Amino acid sequence: MALRNVLVGSAVERIEDLRLLRGRGIFVDDLVRPGMLHAAILRSPVAHGTIRALDPKPALALPGVHAVITATDFGARVPTIPLRLIPLPEMVPFEQPGIAGPKVRYVGEPVAVVLAESAAIAEDALDAVGLEIDPLPIVTDAAAAREGRSLLFEAHGTNRATTFIARQGDADAAFKDAPYTRRERFSVHRHTAVTMEPRGVLAEWDKAKAHLTVWGAAKVPFFNRQILARMTGLGIDAITMIENDVGGGYGNRGEFYPEDFLIPFAARHVGRPVKWIEDRREHLIAANHAREVEIELEIACSKDGIILALRGRALVDMGAYIRTNGAVNPRNTVQFLSGPYDVRNVELAAEVLVTNKTPVGTYRGPGRYEGDFFRERMIALAAKDLGIDPIEMRRRNLVPESAMPYAIAKVTPSGAETEYDSGDYRITLDRCLKEIGWAEKQHLQGKLIDGRYHGLALCCFIEGGAAGPKETASLTLDPDGRITVAVGSAGVGQGLETAFAQIAADALELPLDRIAQVLHGSTTLLPDGYGAFHSRSIVMGGSAILNAAATLKEKIRAAAARRLGCAESEVEIVDGMARAGTRALAFAELAADGLSAYGEFLNHHHTYAYGAHAAHVAVDPRTGRVSLLDYAAVEDVGRIINPKMVEGQQIGAIVQGLGGTLLEHLVYDETGQLLSGNLADYLLPTASDFPKIRAVTLEDKPSPINPLGAKGAGEGGIVPVGGVIANAVAAALAELEVEPHHLPLTPPRLWRMIQDARR
Amino acid sequence: MIRFEVNGKPAEVDVEPRMNLADCLRHVLRLTGTHVGCEHGVCGACTVIVDGAAVRSCLMLAVQAEGAKITTIEGLNRADDELSPLQASFRKHHALQCGFCTPGFLTTAHALLSEEPDADEARVREVLSGNLCRCTGYIPIIEAVLDARAAYRKR
Amino acid sequence: MKPARFDYACPASLDEAVALLAAHPGEAKPLAGGQSLMPALNFRLAQPALLVDLRKVPGLDRIAVGADGVRLGARVRWCDIERDGRLAAAHPLLKEAVTHIAHYQIRNRGTVGGSLAHADPAAELPGIAVACDATIRVTGKAGARGIAAARFFTGALATALQPDEIITELHLPAWPAGRRWGFEEFALRRGDFALAGVAAFYDPAGGRAANTHIGVIGASSHAHRIAAAEAALDGKTPDEAAILAAARAAAAAVDPPSDLHADAEYRRALVEVLVERALKRAAAQ
Repeated sequence: MALRNVLVGSAVERIEDLRLLRGRGIFVDDLVRPGMLHAAILRSPVAHGTIRALDPKPALALPGVHAVITATDFGARVPTIPLRLIPLPEMVPFEQPGIAGPKVRYVGEPVAVVLAESAAIAEDALDAVGLEIDPLPIVTDAAAAREGRSLLFEAHGTNRATTFIARQGDADAAFKDAPYTRRERFSVHRHTAVTMEPRGVLAEWDKAKAHLTVWGAAKVPFFNRQILARMTGLGIDAITMIENDVGGGYGNRGEFYPEDFLIPFAARHVGRPVKWIEDRREHLIAANHAREVEIELEIACSKDGIILALRGRALVDMGAYIRTNGAVNPRNTVQFLSGPYDVRNVELAAEVLVTNKTPVGTYRGPGRYEGDFFRERMIALAAKDLGIDPIEMRRRNLVPESAMPYAIAKVTPSGAETEYDSGDYRITLDRCLKEIGWAEKQHLQGKLIDGRYHGLALCCFIEGGAAGPKETASLTLDPDGRITVAVGSAGVGQGLETAFAQIAADALELPLDRIAQVLHGSTTLLPDGYGAFHSRSIVMGGSAILNAAATLKEKIRAAAARRLGCAESEVEIVDGMARAGTRALAFAELAADGLSAYGEFLNHHHTYAYGAHAAHVAVDPRTGRVSLLDYAAVEDVGRIINPKMVEGQQIGAIVQGLGGTLLEHLVYDETGQLLSGNLADYLLPTASDFPKIRAVTLEDKPSPINPLGAKGAGEGGIVPVGGVIANAVAAALAELEVEPHHLPLTPPRLWRMIQDARR
Repeated sequence: MIRFEVNGKPAEVDVEPRMNLADCLRHVLRLTGTHVGCEHGVCGACTVIVDGAAVRSCLMLAVQAEGAKITTIEGLNRADDELSPLQASFRKHHALQCGFCTPGFLTTAHALLSEEPDADEARVREVLSGNLCRCTGYIPIIEAVLDARAAYRKR
Repeated sequence: MKPARFDYACPASLDEAVALLAAHPGEAKPLAGGQSLMPALNFRLAQPALLVDLRKVPGLDRIAVGADGVRLGARVRWCDIERDGRLAAAHPLLKEAVTHIAHYQIRNRGTVGGSLAHADPAAELPGIAVACDATIRVTGKAGARGIAAARFFTGALATALQPDEIITELHLPAWPAGRRWGFEEFALRRGDFALAGVAAFYDPAGGRAANTHIGVIGASSHAHRIAAAEAALDGKTPDEAAILAAARAAAAAVDPPSDLHADAEYRRALVEVLVERALKRAAAQ
């Protein structure tokens, strides 16, 4: 159905802001339940070992401590957390148990749960629990893990869970005949999302009703309910997951973690509500890490710079367990390494390796940020070797619009196949050149001005969105004639309520204030829901709303027809009234009929937003500091629902990408201790760091795979950043022959590269 | 017993010395608009105004608030429930997404503009560097604060 | 991250505060702004049995500017230094260094005494104190004494303070008009602790540099002056060659630590760059 397009496409101010600006947001730590106890998690202080003794008695002796839960409370076998995405059987042995035992495999792994009157007392009690661990050899890098020197899962016999292979055409043949080839090693470092709100879970067991309620759910509440049901043995009808306000997700918060099992278990075990709020130190060590991968990559080109093939092998450091969605990182790294370029021959392998570090999960643009860094660096090197202008080389290789839908390499195992839906990648490339002032600034390339080398670079990218299989929505006519919208999508701060209100209002031809509220995420709202990941909410939730709106309009017409004594076909819905000829009924007059409509959208095709980013940097060779002088991003998202909101997604994602490329680093020592475990050492970008960024959003090429024509657009901003900055730095330091292969480009590391190049 | 004033109203709490001001405001006085993001004085989500100065409430003990006049995010709300000019400017510029860091930015910006309504972009950026945001990338926040200066100049 | 339990006292006089510290040797810590101590408590890196809050102790929050220099009371906050209009002339080096300290909210609470007592190897104020030959005045049960800055900082997060002693004042010697100075620091983000920082000054005497002082932070377990660098410049015309020689001598003389952010070789290189830039700034005044 067509949208009226009054609200959709306009920069409506956000509905969520009305409570968030007033400090009236309700985040999980704001909730209180009568009789509530506070939980603290005792976490392994060593990276690998066998628990020899765990003595809760000294902790239980402290006043105010109510219980200490350990692995023995779970019976014969502690349940493991199943895989949500890419659930391959070969990865099952690597699933994380709900609580550690008999082994611990990373510093921070939960070993016991202390329940006490206050969070402070619970924390006091942690020091009192007797914990003795017999150490085992520690492996902290993927290459060593691959050699099997120390096995995390002895019975399984290997630290390699599986190898994903992206394959298209015949790469070996292409390399044999190619006029130009180059092989390089690259790596991206461990870093992660770091939401401003740490995680939290509040759980309450109603013994009389045999019902468990869990607050603090996010991202995929319905999935998590299924997992919790499976791990506790409760039916899913016995569990309610409530989504409150959520302080950021970026892929990180909302996956099912051990605490999502332990806290509900604890509530049931002691018969009192239990609240656990993660502190920042815990968050950095216990919430998913991401991005750590090293690759040996080869490119084969024609003399004109046409990319004939990409071949390579990546080692992906998964941390100690395969978490619910951890496998997405390695799979995406190889599946999407070719990006927006037409590469006919691909043979890329990603080995999935466990190490004694925090487990990984998806972080905005998972595997894509990594793959784009590798590919764009390689293109820059190849262009230089071949004497081809780097922009021209990209232009020559972009997938043309005529090739859409364009199938990329297939991945085994998992059988993942996909095609790019629509797009003219040259438009965003050209617009980006204009935005950064490419032609006018070329004279600055590699120049030393006032002690700093200047460099510019531009990279092209795609971002995948709209993961299926389904999303759900309902629209209900309230007594006052306004509409309550409920969706299975999950809010993580991205402005769902506003975007969905815009879509629903336009679909029903109502002004925005006739949408009473948009409810989302909680399992109480709809029979099922699929949540927020892979930038799917606008496409999937929005399309489900359209479906529900069509049904609601039919029902309104039918109810009006009955009241007005006419045929349904005579009833029009205009300006919030059901009108037949000269007679009209306000929606409020129909409310007594209890009108409500359910809608769904089923989808197995991903959308592919695309674009280009460009950066102008100045590098101080004496300190290694990279100053970002200008950054321009252009992305075509198919259909813009709210331009300010999508611009906000882009800028926010870009700054995360800049932080990841230049500042952030989860540093481990050789004993598996996280050294950058607080915000004074893990450096997030501040308002001073990257002041000059602008993002342009286009909607020239809608997606054909959903009625909105929209494409998921939450992650594109981060995807090309590593490649763009590294290429700009390389362009700046051309005279010094510095070619970055490894991130991050912190001042000390870049300085080291400059020194090494001089020798 | 500790006595102080919060958002113009007297408060009286009896808490152990180790309770910090943020936890006292949130859990004892139930003013949950102030958020806790790090408890080591880096993120600024816990910022409140104490005797006119923006401070990190996670680095202050509740007992140290004896006799102080404190303003939290709730204290920036207008009695008629309209958005204040600063809040309206944040909304106009889409200067928030998840909203978790927002109370800290609002109290900081309010403290700054109350003292320095002519603060320039460099000064605004410098002051706001003590508050972390992971969603917005800061640019709309800076714009919102600069746009709100007009309202503070009028006072 | 809640701290371990502690008792709390809020004495009304310095004597009372000292008596409390003396009664709980090694178990009591003074509390001023809390901007360094509270994170340590929250991480449980420090677990004192008693906190002695100094906020009611009178006489510790004044800035005195006179012929004998600048005296900063222990509870003087960074924002007080920022707002004191006399200091632009009375001690421009102090004023400049303070602009690099932390962030707005911290500057409303963080104090002179707190920074000196915490003695972070990369903190600016200890660097200024050492570079300017300041005296730190303290009071304990044995009475009041002055400790030269060069002897006050004994190691990373370690000072010459006895368990019963409280810092009362930082005394910076008089700053003559015409003095040339420069302050340069390198931090990964604005407001972070410096990876390295340099505070330098000299007094021009007949076209040459006299009384050269070059202090460094972040290049050792505590702030110190670099005698070899000072000697390379002192008595000479502060031209490019002399400045570069001083910078190279500084780099050769320091023995910086390595940590997760930067290794010793990088910090050494930073020291050279920062000494050069600080001295060039001074020479250009």
